Amino acid sequence: MAVYAHSSPTAAEMMPPPVRRTPLREVFFGDLFSACLSVAAIGLLWSLLPALNWATLDAVWVTDDPGECRAGGACWAFIADKLRFILFGIYPPEEQWRPLLVIGLILGMTLISLPPKAWSTKLLAGWIAAIAAMLALMWGGFAGMSFVPTGKWGGLPVTLLLALLSLSLAFPLAVVLALGRRSNRVVPRLLSVLSIEIVRGLPLVGLLFVASIMLPLLLPQSWTIDKLGRTLAALTIFAAAYLAEVIRGGLQGVPQGQGEAAEALGIPRWKIVWHIILPQAIQKVIPPLTNTAIVMVKNTSLVLIVGVFDMLSAGRSAATDPEWPAPFAESYIFVGAIYFLICFGISLYSRWLEEGIHSREYK
Amino acid sequence: MLTRLWDNERFRNWFGQLLLAAACLSLIAWIYTNTVGNLASRGIKVGPEFLFRPANFPISESILPYNPSDPFWWAYVVGLGNTVFISVLAIAFATVLGLVVGLARRSGHPLVSAIAGTFVAMMRNMPLIVQLLFWYALATTTFPAPREAWNPLPGVFLTLRGVYIPGFQLGPSGALFVSLALLGLVAAVFAAPMLNRRLNLGVTLSLLSTLSIYVLCISLLWTGLDLQPLATWPELRGLNFVGGFRLSAEFTALMLGLVIYTSAFIGEIIRGGIDAVSKGQWEAARALGLRERQTLFKIIMPQALRVIIPPLTTQYLSTVKNTTLALAVGFPELGLIVGTVINQTGQAIESILILLAVFLSVSLSVSFFMNWYNARVALVVR
Repeated sequence: MAVYAHSSPTAAEMMPPPVRRTPLREVFFGDLFSACLSVAAIGLLWSLLPALNWATLDAVWVTDDPGECRAGGACWAFIADKLRFILFGIYPPEEQWRPLLVIGLILGMTLISLPPKAWSTKLLAGWIAAIAAMLALMWGGFAGMSFVPTGKWGGLPVTLLLALLSLSLAFPLAVVLALGRRSNRVVPRLLSVLSIEIVRGLPLVGLLFVASIMLPLLLPQSWTIDKLGRTLAALTIFAAAYLAEVIRGGLQGVPQGQGEAAEALGIPRWKIVWHIILPQAIQKVIPPLTNTAIVMVKNTSLVLIVGVFDMLSAGRSAATDPEWPAPFAESYIFVGAIYFLICFGISLYSRWLEEGIHSREYK
Repeated sequence: MLTRLWDNERFRNWFGQLLLAAACLSLIAWIYTNTVGNLASRGIKVGPEFLFRPANFPISESILPYNPSDPFWWAYVVGLGNTVFISVLAIAFATVLGLVVGLARRSGHPLVSAIAGTFVAMMRNMPLIVQLLFWYALATTTFPAPREAWNPLPGVFLTLRGVYIPGFQLGPSGALFVSLALLGLVAAVFAAPMLNRRLNLGVTLSLLSTLSIYVLCISLLWTGLDLQPLATWPELRGLNFVGGFRLSAEFTALMLGLVIYTSAFIGEIIRGGIDAVSKGQWEAARALGLRERQTLFKIIMPQALRVIIPPLTTQYLSTVKNTTLALAVGFPELGLIVGTVINQTGQAIESILILLAVFLSVSLSVSFFMNWYNARVALVVR
């Protein structure tokens, strides 16, 4: 009788196969090809040295005299001097604690919402309340705070609010469009396909033109929507079309049996969609949804073209100050770095979420 | 009676759809009446007549001939020409650079993949318009005067007045030579192997030896024809450069920004495609004794291409749409021309509709083609 040993494997048996560690010298100069790669890579880094030098050693970090910046290095002192202007634009200086508070609110709410465990209807209500509070803070006009029209809003809060508002307004619209596109009725499907494809076929610049120049002609004259509202409308429509396609992907991923089973149980159709299909669909597409969020954060910078005073516009007009020697490059690097922090943060978060989803799937 | 009708599901279905359609049509009608009323009260005349009036504004650079006395419609065509020119160049360069980036990210060389990874993360997470403005600022405020021009590569000079690169000039004999050379290249690479296979000549030549024969023939032709030099190099004469091509600061910034930004995305698409090919393919190729590079280009890439092409087309389309950001640096593509015309004439509706129509027709035709292509590829899959 054959005896099969079912003893549990020892620790040594369970270890992964040993990896052959290639010595570093072999990796870099093992054969001709990797030697060429090494030389090219080191050469590339070497050629970047002057830029590094410009940004650090030759740079002027602290000065009261803008003339010192003419020496040729980067002028970070300029950023320090103009920080408030770049971050808050022409918002009245004595009131700038309000936009600062708005940024803090956004940051705090984001931190609270990070772990998937925190997602609940309560949190959603919290966000709606927070956004209302932010807008109230920005506008003011009550409790002793002076009224600040949107024309004077500027800088980082405008960038963040545009991204936040356009995404959250676009999301319900996108759900409707995605459901319409998947519908088996002709009229809603046709309308959704047409609107999604038209918006996706257009550059955002075109939509912003439509919103800022054409929209006042299309609406009754008594309706006056300010510039910020009009660009927000364009961004919302743009985001809705892209989000709709992402959500459609999620809807396609929900097995048909789910809907059929619910129908067999006699659940009304709207309840099937709301309680059974949509939650599964949206859960599947959370990583691509964060990608769309990154795209929209970056896209808010285009409002510069129609003259909305976002962070990039603020950075550009700060650098036109004749006292300083045109430090445009420094200004754009600073603004770019803030965008980078936001977008890279979101992409790290999405990667973390995805890992969580995977580990749950394999359990 | 009515409640019975309401209980009929087919009736309810059609009634709902009719209601939706009616709502949409009345929305359009409402917008239309608003617009007509607004235009009348502001005294704006809408119509294509203005297209035939002289444009009377300059266009700083264009690949099509233009002067301010040309009509508006020609200004639009010139802008469109520039858009197409920029799009094609940016896509071509970005694809090459993107391939390099994608392969570098997948390379086993730690330094190379780290550099490529940093590059991709930096470029993808900063808005294109910030990058364009940055390059434009560099080209207009940091580059030196022509006398102290930076000379990073032989024949390339970076100056405040633009970037100078070697140009080429074609006389009639030069044109003949270049067309012969191109014809020869096509013959050597495509036609000769095909003929060989069709006629069963039994001659087997590797690509390398075919190319060396080709180069030999071309150099013989070159010496035989005794041509004028084809290239002109930029030279500093007095205060400025002569010869070569001058690329304006706007063009340089736009190209740099578009190519670098797009190449990071293309690199990720290519890397994704390579990752999508199963590991077994690598291992099988290795087991058969193929070399690493042979495996990559003959086994992996052809399979990866199927995964790569749909997102790559989307990326190309968004690059075409991204050329409209040239507005920020002042390169005269279609978007800037539309902006200028609106400022000059107030013909906003017509101009914006032209812009939308152009981009919509490009996007929709490409996406129709892609749907057709995907359906075809899907059939081939076993």
